Amino acid sequence: MDRIPILKMGPFLLVTIQVDLYDRLALTLENDLISMVSKTGARGVLIDISAVSIVDSFMGRILGNIASMSRIMDAETVVVGMQPAVAITLVELGLTLQGVYTALDVEKGMELLQDKIGIFEDPEQEKEGPDDSDD
Amino acid sequence: MNTIAQLLQNNKKKILENWMQNQLSDTSLRDDLISNEELRRQSDELINGLSRATAGGNVDNIYAPEYEPVVEILSDISITRARQGFSPRETGMYVLSLKQAIITVLQDKYSEQPEVLYKELLTVNNLLDMLSMVTFDTYIKGREEVILRQTDEINEISTPVIRVWEGILALPIIGTLDSARTQIVMENLLQEIVNTGSSIAILDISGVPAVDSLVAQHLIKTVSATRLMGAECIISGIRAEIAQTIVHLGIDLSNIKTKASLASALQLAFSMRSVEVRKISKNTGFHIGR
Amino acid sequence: MIVMTKDTMQIVREQDVVPFRNRVREMCTKIGMSLVNQTKLITAASELVRNMLKYANGGKVVLETISKNAQAGIRLVFVDEGPGIADIHQAMRDGFSTGKSLGLGLPGAKRLVNEFDIKSATGEGTTVTIIHWKNGR
Repeated sequence: MDRIPILKMGPFLLVTIQVDLYDRLALTLENDLISMVSKTGARGVLIDISAVSIVDSFMGRILGNIASMSRIMDAETVVVGMQPAVAITLVELGLTLQGVYTALDVEKGMELLQDKIGIFEDPEQEKEGPDDSDD
Repeated sequence: MNTIAQLLQNNKKKILENWMQNQLSDTSLRDDLISNEELRRQSDELINGLSRATAGGNVDNIYAPEYEPVVEILSDISITRARQGFSPRETGMYVLSLKQAIITVLQDKYSEQPEVLYKELLTVNNLLDMLSMVTFDTYIKGREEVILRQTDEINEISTPVIRVWEGILALPIIGTLDSARTQIVMENLLQEIVNTGSSIAILDISGVPAVDSLVAQHLIKTVSATRLMGAECIISGIRAEIAQTIVHLGIDLSNIKTKASLASALQLAFSMRSVEVRKISKNTGFHIGR
Repeated sequence: MIVMTKDTMQIVREQDVVPFRNRVREMCTKIGMSLVNQTKLITAASELVRNMLKYANGGKVVLETISKNAQAGIRLVFVDEGPGIADIHQAMRDGFSTGKSLGLGLPGAKRLVNEFDIKSATGEGTTVTIIHWKNGR
């Protein structure tokens, strides 16, 4: 059975969706991601949808679910690289992905996540940052 | 073969001459827009087409396949004329003066047989009236096409996306924001966000004459779409009366960053991107200038 | 209105959805529809096909390229023989769902396309017709 690979990058999980998802594949991804978050104690999830041309309400719901479930496990979710046509369509559809963070690309998404969970790469700022960032 | 078809075939030259005379004698003829040769060529083509179409005996259904070439020629002429700037009267006169030409020939030929003359006159009248309808239809369509193209052009021109700083885009909206316009604004803005990798977009509505709930909804849609892409949107240029209508209409813009002027929006954008604009002390400036 | 091409696809499993979307995309590209309009139409089609699978165990879709006043467009007719919709008015409201979904399917699809028509009879099935024109208006 097809599976979307999940990469672990430090405290984050990265998923790049390269194919048009049919329902079961999307549901499998939701399951896999959530169990990965719980197994690795990841603090953030990055979902790159730059190659996805269609996001309908079902896909939107899956993205929302992943974000809500991850949040319960103390991980933030960022959806990155949404195509303009997809964004316009989602708004028209009435789906604004409440509770999901968004960023232009993986790099900016990573910065956003670091910001959100308080991990700073800059050693000077680390002193000021909250200490509960990692264990 | 019926009378009309015969008449057209046998008197092609005569009818064309009559017709040309009618057209040329019309004082409103725009010889600045069309040359005599061109007019003659078009007219000749049409009479030939008409003669072929009527040959089968059909003189009352111009939607039949044999009339296709005639309708096509006529539509072509009307559309070209609409684009060239002919008035509807001038375009209509074209076909109506053909009626006059055919009637004159009919009269000459059947002056001794009033019954036949009457019957044929009716047929000719009917047929050419229908053809003149086609002219008007296509003339209006031609004009509508011109208007549509201009609308598209105006929309295209009036929604420039400007890169004001690294990572900051500004989009001044001038004129009414309807749904077609919103679509273009959104498409241009989002595409530019992707192209430049900008994370902040300023939507300036100083040039929007009025904001009603529909316009507000369009603005909210644009902001939502920008957010989905991962960029932040600031709406600036909110005048006092716009603020009043927004509150009176009960539109909720509390989730959207709004600023009174483009300048303050830019300032907010700078602070969001941790950029600082400082005045350089005059002396140093002078020094560097030298 | 002139129908230029006509095609029918059976949708019985969820695996049929992706090929169906690709088929619609092909048609859109052929008439030169812009990317945004393509995405709107395909997303609407996706919602409707999903409804068909969920509530009626599938059905068929008639795909047509049409032309009206020299404007090209795509017409999709979704026909199922499922339980039908008892209250269409209610089903067309945002946020209403008898299944476990967001309830955006029907009203959302309607917002995405130029023309939308739904007919349904309880116990007989549902037919949804959507049209989207090349320039999106």
